[in-house]
Amino acid sequence: MIKTDLYTINIGPQHPSTHGGLHVEAVMDGEIVRDAIVHLGYVHRSVEKIAEARTYTQFIPYASRLDYLATHLPTLGYVQAVEKLMGVEVVERAQYIRVIMAELSRIASHLVFVGSLAIDLGATTGLIYCFRDRERILDMFEMTSGQRLLASYMRVGGVSADLPEEFFPAVQSFIKDMPGMIDEYNGLITGNEILQARCKGIGVLNPDVALAYGVTGPNLRASGIAYDVRKADPYGIYERFDFEIPVGEHGDCMDRLVVRIKEIEQSGNIIRQALEQMPEGEVRGKVSKVLKGEKGKEVYHRIESSKGELGFYLIGNGTENPYRVHVRAPSFVNLMVLPLISRGGKLQDIIANIATLDPVLGESDR
Amino acid sequence: MENLILNIAHILTSWLVSLGIPALWADLILLILQWTCIVMIITLNVLVLIWLERKVSGFMQLRLGPNRLGPFGCFQTIADTLKLLTKEDIIPAKADKLIFMTAPMFFIIVAVLLYAVIPMGKDMTVVDLNVGLFYFISVGSLSTICILMAGWGSNNKWSLLGAMRSVAQMVSYEIPLAFSLLGIVMIAGSLNLSDIVAAQHKLWFIIMQPVAFVTYFIAATAELNRGPFDMPEAEQELTAGAYTEYTGMRWALFFLAEYTNLVAVSALASTLFLGGWLGPWLPSWIWIIIKTYLVMLVFMWLKWTFPRIRMDHLMSFSWKILIPVSLVNIIITGGGILFFKGMGW
Repeated sequence: MIKTDLYTINIGPQHPSTHGGLHVEAVMDGEIVRDAIVHLGYVHRSVEKIAEARTYTQFIPYASRLDYLATHLPTLGYVQAVEKLMGVEVVERAQYIRVIMAELSRIASHLVFVGSLAIDLGATTGLIYCFRDRERILDMFEMTSGQRLLASYMRVGGVSADLPEEFFPAVQSFIKDMPGMIDEYNGLITGNEILQARCKGIGVLNPDVALAYGVTGPNLRASGIAYDVRKADPYGIYERFDFEIPVGEHGDCMDRLVVRIKEIEQSGNIIRQALEQMPEGEVRGKVSKVLKGEKGKEVYHRIESSKGELGFYLIGNGTENPYRVHVRAPSFVNLMVLPLISRGGKLQDIIANIATLDPVLGESDR
Repeated sequence: MENLILNIAHILTSWLVSLGIPALWADLILLILQWTCIVMIITLNVLVLIWLERKVSGFMQLRLGPNRLGPFGCFQTIADTLKLLTKEDIIPAKADKLIFMTAPMFFIIVAVLLYAVIPMGKDMTVVDLNVGLFYFISVGSLSTICILMAGWGSNNKWSLLGAMRSVAQMVSYEIPLAFSLLGIVMIAGSLNLSDIVAAQHKLWFIIMQPVAFVTYFIAATAELNRGPFDMPEAEQELTAGAYTEYTGMRWALFFLAEYTNLVAVSALASTLFLGGWLGPWLPSWIWIIIKTYLVMLVFMWLKWTFPRIRMDHLMSFSWKILIPVSLVNIIITGGGILFFKGMGW
């Protein structure tokens, strides 16, 4: 009788497919995963503590470094939380600009997801196709804020500047080309037999488990629960738009991929509606230069980020600095199911699971 | 043109004999010269191939590929080779040093040995073995041992995992590879590669044996450790698998050997299925180069399109699909031969 031993293998923190400084300690039995332990904290920058030493406005650039793949979403969440704390009204045009930028960020983030899933499974070309299209979004960010990746475009009470002339044709042609792009992804990535074999039935996340762990965002919707903060607890002007919440059936890697591709389409819908309805006017309301949070006042604001429910919890201090800022990072919560869905699978499935849970380590480690 | 290289060889031999060297020694010197030529051609060809692979992948991925160094970036690989040559040769402290250091050398030796039997043109085989195909398959399977040596010697879990995968993969894909070639041997009635080429002067074997060609192609991709079957390397999972701990020129030797294998397997594919050096107008040795490069382009196309298959799927694909299909192919081929012989063709 041959005796076999379990052995551990460290995936990360320096590894091509861990999307940053993620460390997964895999307990292996040959190629079969018996356990996967997630170690976090390699990209900890103590963002929450930094916030306490900064004024409310000064923290905006830090917020965009939480989820650097969808730069406008964390900044949007943060400024909306501050507006809630201060009771600041946002001008109408800025609301629409925010929606457009947020949805563009969501598309950009999902494009990175689709591309990085493809490259994590070994299909290098898929990545390039997604990045080609993401590039157009980054160009639009550059037009509006001068920054491509970490655009600190949101401001308390509005946005930093109005949309430039050249932005509109760029975004319209992007929306127009989107069905063609999605056909390409479906042909090259989603439709590929090998990719389907590696994603279908892999990393199944049951809806009750997902709810128990607090998983949110596309990962939860892939498990079949139509929960989206944009519908469940609309923020900004999201109740004015007509869009669907795509849901999956099995909660496996394939569903997580398909749901995101469908979300790209829905985001395109929202952008199209926002462009039609957008009024003229100011992009930044009359907001006092010095923002002071009322002492002891607490607010919690949540938005639907591309990774899930992104929450900001602020406590005022009576000064220009907040007393405490806490970020409810969806990546952090979502990563916690990784051991659960990886057990019993193969080593290669861990890679697919990490890629489809779509963690951003900047956000989960903060 | 047709006999250009052969004539050079004849002139050299007669010159050596005229110097008063015995004929046996002259042949031996010529053999050494032939091997030197092959090794040089392999090395230079790999430089071209790496450049080509980058350009092809760039073309497929909407980018330019190397374009800075020289016209169309063709000196890029030379610069890379220089970089690799000057890099530090790191040997892990806990590595099994002898095995670790010799693995890349054995790998490249095995890869070069494959060229002994490949007909590079009409009457241009280094060693015209009458069991050439058998030799090719048996020597080709030796490369598994070298990868296992690299994986074991590195004393790294990733490397060992990559090596184990490689062994499992090669053992499973060796069988459909050999089976897919059996049909050709049955039709040609010979294991000698020159005879097999000669048997195709009317009809290429890709038309008579299309199923065998497909199974050979898939099995060969797995044998080559190329995408979508690049299990031992598996950059995204195993960092670099068996080659994780290798640096500088030792790593480059693996790289060189993989491309050498690629050329050898493509040359074999064009010899067995695409009529080898047979072709109109051009000299025979140009035809085989053209065909080999076409086959290699298909290999590159596959690599840059498909995701990596999962290990267990890979095994079950071999045992459940490829082997039965190639067995059925052999039976049908046998039946066909009997039928046509009975018809008196």
